[in-house]
Amino acid sequence: MAQKNITLLLGGQPHEVINFDPTRTLLDYLRYDSARTGTKEGCGEGDCGACTVVIGTLKDGKLRFEAVNSCIIFLPTLDGKLLLTVEDLVHPDGSLHVIQRVIADLQGSQCGFCTPGFVMAIFAHIRSGGGAGLASINDALVGNLCRCTGYGPIIEAVRRAISEQVDDHLTALEETWIKQLAAMSSPDTLSLSWICPDTGKERHYSAPKTTAALTALYAAYPEATLLAGGTDVGLWVTKQLQSLNRLIYLGHITELSQITQSKTHIEIGAGVTFADAQPILSAHFPDLGEVIRRLGSSQIRNRATIGGNIANGSPIGDSMPVLIALNTELALQSVKGLRRIPLEDYFISYGRQDRIAGEFVAAIRIPLPKPDQYFRAYKISKRFDQDISAVCGAISVTLDDGLISSARVAYGGVAATPIRALNTENTLIGAKWNERTIQSAMSALKNDLSPISDMRASADYRLKVARNILFKAYIEYDTPLSQTRLIGDGAAE
Amino acid sequence: MTENTPPINGDIHRDIRHDSAHKHVAGSADYIDDIPEKRDLLHVCLGQSSRAHARMKSLDLDDVRAAPGVVMVLTADDIPGRNDVSPFAGDDPLFAKDIVQFHGQSIFAVAAISRDQARRAAKLAKIDYEDYPAILTIDDAMAAKSYIEAPQCVKQGDSVAALKKAPIRRRGCFRVGGQDHFYLEGQIAMAEPKEDGDVHVWSSTQNPTEVQHLVAKVLNIPDNGVTVEVRRMGGGFGGKETHPSLFAAAAALVARKTGRTAKCRVDRDDDMIMTGKRHDFRIDYDVGFDSEGRILGLDLKLASRCGYSVDLSPAINDRAMFHSDNCYFLEHVTINSYRCRTNTVSNTAFRGFGGPQGMIAIERIMDVIAHGLSKDPLDVRMINLYGKTDRNITPYGMRIEDNIAPELIAELAETADYKNRRKEITAFNQANKYLTKALSLTPVKFGISFTALHLNQAGALIHIYSDGSVHLNHGGTEMGQGLFIKVAQVVANELQIDIDRIKISATTTDKVPNSSPTAASSGSDLNGMAALAAARTLKDRLTAFAENHYDCPSDQIIFRNNHIYLGDQKISFNQLVHQAYLGRISLSSTGFYKTPKIHYDRKTHKGRPFFYFSYGAAIAEVIIDLLTGENKILRVDILHDVGKSLNPAIDRGQIEGGFIQGAGWLTTEELVFDDKGVLRSHAPSTYKIPTSADRPAQMTINLWNGVNKEDTIHKSKAVGEPPLMLAIAVHSALTLAVANANSNKAEELSALNAPATAEEILSKLI
Ligand SMILES: Cc1cc2nc3c(=O)[nH]c(=O)nc-3n(C[C@H](O)[C@H](O)[C@H](O)COP(=O)(O)OP(=O)(O)OC[C@H]3O[C@@H](n4cnc5c(N)ncnc54)[C@H](O)[C@@H]3O)c2cc1C
Ligand code: FES
Ligand code: FES
Repeated sequence: MAQKNITLLLGGQPHEVINFDPTRTLLDYLRYDSARTGTKEGCGEGDCGACTVVIGTLKDGKLRFEAVNSCIIFLPTLDGKLLLTVEDLVHPDGSLHVIQRVIADLQGSQCGFCTPGFVMAIFAHIRSGGGAGLASINDALVGNLCRCTGYGPIIEAVRRAISEQVDDHLTALEETWIKQLAAMSSPDTLSLSWICPDTGKERHYSAPKTTAALTALYAAYPEATLLAGGTDVGLWVTKQLQSLNRLIYLGHITELSQITQSKTHIEIGAGVTFADAQPILSAHFPDLGEVIRRLGSSQIRNRATIGGNIANGSPIGDSMPVLIALNTELALQSVKGLRRIPLEDYFISYGRQDRIAGEFVAAIRIPLPKPDQYFRAYKISKRFDQDISAVCGAISVTLDDGLISSARVAYGGVAATPIRALNTENTLIGAKWNERTIQSAMSALKNDLSPISDMRASADYRLKVARNILFKAYIEYDTPLSQTRLIGDGAAE
Repeated sequence: MTENTPPINGDIHRDIRHDSAHKHVAGSADYIDDIPEKRDLLHVCLGQSSRAHARMKSLDLDDVRAAPGVVMVLTADDIPGRNDVSPFAGDDPLFAKDIVQFHGQSIFAVAAISRDQARRAAKLAKIDYEDYPAILTIDDAMAAKSYIEAPQCVKQGDSVAALKKAPIRRRGCFRVGGQDHFYLEGQIAMAEPKEDGDVHVWSSTQNPTEVQHLVAKVLNIPDNGVTVEVRRMGGGFGGKETHPSLFAAAAALVARKTGRTAKCRVDRDDDMIMTGKRHDFRIDYDVGFDSEGRILGLDLKLASRCGYSVDLSPAINDRAMFHSDNCYFLEHVTINSYRCRTNTVSNTAFRGFGGPQGMIAIERIMDVIAHGLSKDPLDVRMINLYGKTDRNITPYGMRIEDNIAPELIAELAETADYKNRRKEITAFNQANKYLTKALSLTPVKFGISFTALHLNQAGALIHIYSDGSVHLNHGGTEMGQGLFIKVAQVVANELQIDIDRIKISATTTDKVPNSSPTAASSGSDLNGMAALAAARTLKDRLTAFAENHYDCPSDQIIFRNNHIYLGDQKISFNQLVHQAYLGRISLSSTGFYKTPKIHYDRKTHKGRPFFYFSYGAAIAEVIIDLLTGENKILRVDILHDVGKSLNPAIDRGQIEGGFIQGAGWLTTEELVFDDKGVLRSHAPSTYKIPTSADRPAQMTINLWNGVNKEDTIHKSKAVGEPPLMLAIAVHSALTLAVANANSNKAEELSALNAPATAEEILSKLI
């Protein structure tokens, strides 16, 4: 039976939303239906952070706070969550929260339009144990654009807030929230339906809680739109004005958000967010960790899933080239069962993937690094942070006594799909790992790539830089002491 | 007796935080979209042209009208008055009729119950176009001699002869890209119908008066039928100087026609497509110099893309010409300026107003000369600086009387250890094969005043209520720059009352009429003076009253710290006010100010267009990746002149914010138009302004210790625009980094264009 309502803790108070458009964004709901106008819209596409709010989720009995972009989040995904907005940080007596106070005192606001978003991003940063180092602060803030201040006072405010940290009025409420959230959770699929008055059509939203329920549901409605983090899907509504009339939300399926490690590989569920995947992946593959650090912003990484990145099949998605170079296997599931394919085989052509009706991405499996494996990945974009790649490239070689016994080279941004550079790999395999070999691999690359020119980069630049990062990978091996990086660990100062 | 009284809260020359800071952080500062919506409010969305230049053979809006929720659709034929929202030239139609002149031009408005419905409906128009040839780029326009006005020329001396004689000569060309304002709050207007056919308009505008006048013309009613109000903007930067009228007029027209409140909140992508930007420039130079690097003659050609209409382009390009001397004496110079008309969105004001593009031209020339002579570019800059008593006439004939550039630059170079760091960088570059650094110091001299003389005026209105609380209003608008707090400080200081006794209020055309736009960095200079005049009038009235009432000679009446000292007596400000009210004294006054000394003849481009100059200098240290072209600013040191600052904390904020915005313009912010004239970078996903991580990890900002020589508001100087140009140091340093990397391989300095994206840098590496 389809329900009409969801329940959340809005500002910490139990709150029901009844009979609503399941594609209504959280931002619009806050601003136009709840008189919470503190949260702003700057872009409506997840790129400016003005709409940042904090979602509290119960995880392993603890509350976990995450900053998210409310402009691209559909309201029903808030079912069973705690939601805090800038208004909630103000103490009941009207005095400012320490974060708010230090931003005001340090001139961290000028026009003030970005400020509520910053306040919430900083709140999430501090509540999740974020550090006071510049790199850590920047990682928490790059999803929030400010056109006025130049950021200095805001960065200083984060440091000040961390050093002054006092318990706010919210800390005392956490115990209650934990109980309330636990009581709100249900093992049953949440099904909502709503009739669009404009079209007269029914709009459905289902949130299964298990893979089994998902499999059955998706088999019944193979035309449904799967919704994971919604960092792509959200924009189909806010920017492309699409009408999505049947949504299946994956965010409540715990099985899809598992990370396991065996002796031979790491397995990551399709519903794992980049934020959650980053620690284990950077531990094994630092450059993959660095690519993930630069994928979107912390708000995006808190929502965006690996499954969504892959399933979307975009030629400019960042995880795919790196995962392909790492020989990742993709697990797809449907009522017919589970099948595993090499990740690169999933991408057939632009907009087409190897996925049958009712089949969804279940997990990926990445082989653990081997001692003789050398791996590098590079993301090249106009702006370092929070930008879509012009080129993302990765190389993984197995070195056997100076000889390359196996090689995988993959790129994004240089063809209609993420691709494996097979010609290039062939020039490498069996050859000596030296500059000559790399040079011939670099010339082979043009046979693998078919880049285009667009607003991010010209075809020419894409080809040139795709080549040069191969060279960079080589020199970082050959002369490990030479400085080659402007950002991330070991950046030149 | 008054000597030992502490100062009031919120006095001038003090660090006072932004008046709305506590509301910004709490989310309780209201912007227009935060005003509760009336129950029957309509949402307005504009239908856009999908061609750069074409005739509309047919315009079929039936599907738009039939779309769910649509209440009304309006085209040019529905305008009761003038179909124009231009600042003066009369060439920006509210709705294009017959001919469209750029991709994204407004053709019709649709009003619907919900914003979503309006946006969806606007996409349903069926328009049959007959394409016309479109001129899209500066080069196209130059070839076709397509201009918005005749080319202009500023001249001093005889550059032709000087160039012929010069022992060394360099010619070159480079391009400087435009810039989207990317104010975080997009364009928005809301209009409410009033009785008698009047409208009240809330508009996110730097220019309420212009919105008022244009809305009145569109509606065909007198100016007094329209009231425009703006409490604050979520950023402006020049982008809300002329363009808000388009959206305000559309909302007002819908409100008038339907009798319902109408709101036009523009989607970010539409905003970026439909509103003008900083002008992109092509710069050609021919410079002659001696072996020391002194410029002997210069021929400069500045060509800019103005877009399809005039907008403010004449004044912007004039300012570009007036700033292509920057701090340097050009004895023999010819500056030709071409204002290209193209089938692209009409470019407009943006912080610096053409100044940055002019300035970057001469700074490039300095680097070219230094490169040619293998000299430290700072030495070449120093030798070319304006003199104090001679060599001090600008190309537009103004004598510079306040030149502090030489000592300011010297102090910055000293404190930031310029010479040693240059050596360290050379050592780093020798030791590193794949990364290269460079350092550059560039100065700024920016002329303060509107070049249009009549705009250099301002009005203010102050009421004192009988409880002693004060209501302050003036024609300036608040966009984050801290104007309101500065003007309030001026009034607090004059009346000697704590600043929290002063209510800062929304800019409204029915309180202070005929205001100038808040632009040209002039906000505090003009409105501070006007408010001071109003406060003085009130203070004089109160003094005259007290003289009588308390029988105390006026020279013994002193206002100090919320009190009035009358000989041996002391009463509170509130008491005096209350007595004055009972004594039937008028406690409301206007104030007015016009900038003195300035004059300027646009025909000859000679005169004194500026009251004074603001100065500054920056040193930027950058690093580039030779394999990818990626680049980063490592360290920045700034010394900036704000005269005797009204509020140093606010001024520092302007300096840092301006610098970072300028750095974005010159590095990552790339506007990409395709060959059909379609803007491809129309959202933050594709148009990249700086993030916090782009801010240099080391950034030092110091204020120059000095006062304004001219009689400005408490001897302060304007600060809004000048700091943006400090970022030219970044582009210069990147150019030098490319040169360092190319050393031995290139004779000429590479013509690095702006923005210096990774791609642009890699393309210049040999
Ligand atoms: C501001 C911003 C910045 C971004 N920056 C980057 C970046 O730097 N690099 C980058 O690569 N991407 C970036 N993205 C894109 C986006 O974040 C990623 O593609 C993300 O990984 C998508 O995951 P999601 O969970 O949000 O997917 P959703 O939006 O929920 O879904 C995406 C697509 O995948 C389908 N889908 C989702 N899960 C499954 C599944 N398990 N099985 C089958 N189909 C499924 C959906 O139906 C949909 O077609 C950015 C997006 C935004 C808004
Ligand atoms: S409004 Fe810009 S990220 Fe949501
Ligand atoms: S204060 Fe204006 S955008 Fe940040």
